[in-house]
Amino acid sequence: MSGLILAFGEQRNNAYRKPAFEVTAAAARVAKDLGGEAAAIVIGSGVADLAPELAKYGAARIAVCDDAALETYNGELYAAAVVQAAAALNPSAILFPASAMGKDLAPRVAALLKTGIASDCIELKAEGGKVQARRPIFAGKIHAWVEASTECFIATLRPNVFAAEESAGAGAVETVAFAPPEGGPKAVLKEILQEASGKLELTEADIIVSGGRGMKDPENYKLLEELASHLKGATVGASRASVDAGWRPHSDQVGQTGKTVSPTLYIACGISGAIQHLAGMSSSKYIVAINKDPDAPIFKVADYGIVGDLFEVVPAMIEEAKKLN
Amino acid sequence: MNIIVCVKHVPDTESKITIGGDGSSYDNSGIEYILNPYDEFAVEEALKIKEAGEGEVTIILLGPENATKTIRTCLAMGADKAIHLVEDNPMRDGASTAEILADTIKNLPHDIVFFGKQSVDQDNAQVGLMVAGILGLPAVSEIVSMEVADGKATLKRSIEGGVEVFDATFPAVFTTQKGLNDPRYASLKGIMAAKKKPIDTKDFGAVDSRITIQKLENPPARPPGKIVGEGAEAVPQLFGLLKDEAKVL
Repeated sequence: MSGLILAFGEQRNNAYRKPAFEVTAAAARVAKDLGGEAAAIVIGSGVADLAPELAKYGAARIAVCDDAALETYNGELYAAAVVQAAAALNPSAILFPASAMGKDLAPRVAALLKTGIASDCIELKAEGGKVQARRPIFAGKIHAWVEASTECFIATLRPNVFAAEESAGAGAVETVAFAPPEGGPKAVLKEILQEASGKLELTEADIIVSGGRGMKDPENYKLLEELASHLKGATVGASRASVDAGWRPHSDQVGQTGKTVSPTLYIACGISGAIQHLAGMSSSKYIVAINKDPDAPIFKVADYGIVGDLFEVVPAMIEEAKKLN
Repeated sequence: MNIIVCVKHVPDTESKITIGGDGSSYDNSGIEYILNPYDEFAVEEALKIKEAGEGEVTIILLGPENATKTIRTCLAMGADKAIHLVEDNPMRDGASTAEILADTIKNLPHDIVFFGKQSVDQDNAQVGLMVAGILGLPAVSEIVSMEVADGKATLKRSIEGGVEVFDATFPAVFTTQKGLNDPRYASLKGIMAAKKKPIDTKDFGAVDSRITIQKLENPPARPPGKIVGEGAEAVPQLFGLLKDEAKVL
């Protein structure tokens, strides 16, 4: 293997998603530590113009696989494209974001290339000439440092954890011809139903204002939505209790059976802090807890806490948040 | 219709996990084991499809001898039979697990192969998709809805800001996500019937894990936090700290 670290530059609708930059920058950092090069791969249709941007995040080479058949995501086709690019680039590691697309694509590539694969990694390092990754297991109760026994190592990286640091890369663009598998894909995308609200994706948000059982009623989430509207990069989340009660959609759920989030700031309102909820948010940089119960377990992980009635505290927070702008 | 559901025997989500003396394994004495929660959605969906037409649901479990309890749970829900690949190797990686399961599945009639989207011990979310890759089957992961027509299905899965709708022809692999269905509890009748349903043990070839664990650690401890105050009056001080100390606002 060449010492080349390959990053998957995820794009949808011919625009990069933030994790593409995070993964490219992570590839650049670990490649530097290994004395190798970072490259990126961009797959889609009409994406040649997109490619050069990844040079800003340290990609020395950018492989472009451009074909009408690749216009929208298809696991069978994209996996074939990555495998074809890997034959040319010979990477010692391939990094994908642990996004919906990355989580679907990376295992398929690992199966085809017969490599080891580590998912939802939160740290990478170079050790003994190889890439090692730290990843949470048992819902984050334990962290495991792992490496692949195969020559190539595939990893998916948790969004919002790796800095999308800029570092100038040569960005030499090369084309990878796409040879579609015979007979075409057997699972085909019919359509994408967009969420009307245009709500910020929880796993990529900077700030999350989250409500739990203490919210008492779905109507009361308007308070949290208002608070979020005055905080830059903020969105609203929910605990399992709220989702199971039908107050909020499952896509808002933070926790072991919901989403794992890594915002800069997590504000937990009326959330007690059960282990399964902590599993989803304990890698937040800062945690604020608002709860009537001073013994609520959430206060053990919170950096800042207010003991009080959220229906009094949150309106006061809205007033303070308005002053910020 | 031949439906296979691959399930796993995992520690209960409340379990306290202690790192073993060697630093790279965990101490599983005293841990309560259950059917992997995401696999419940898989078993339920398989049973719904079987009940809507004609078919047979086969459970496959790779795990220790005492995992038969988890197999019986699936049989009690309504699965017809099971294959137990006996092995006590809780840290086996996803890739080698997939190779072993694929090798077993390829010799069985299969129209649909279900997996839970991930197991709550290793949280890999890999095995179902890797089995599909190895067997050359179409796959849709983390499905939240499924409609079956002749020889194919329409699936929905969540993506950031929306939902992808896929059509897939059989045979196919699907991994199941919360929201797909409401898994049934086994009835007493089901539990009694399960005792008579066949569980075959099968041999399988030795396959090495491709991921090695260098070290297990407890997550870094968060520095102790502070209660800023009580009620609405503490809010200005909170914002002051978030701005000046944490510098996040």
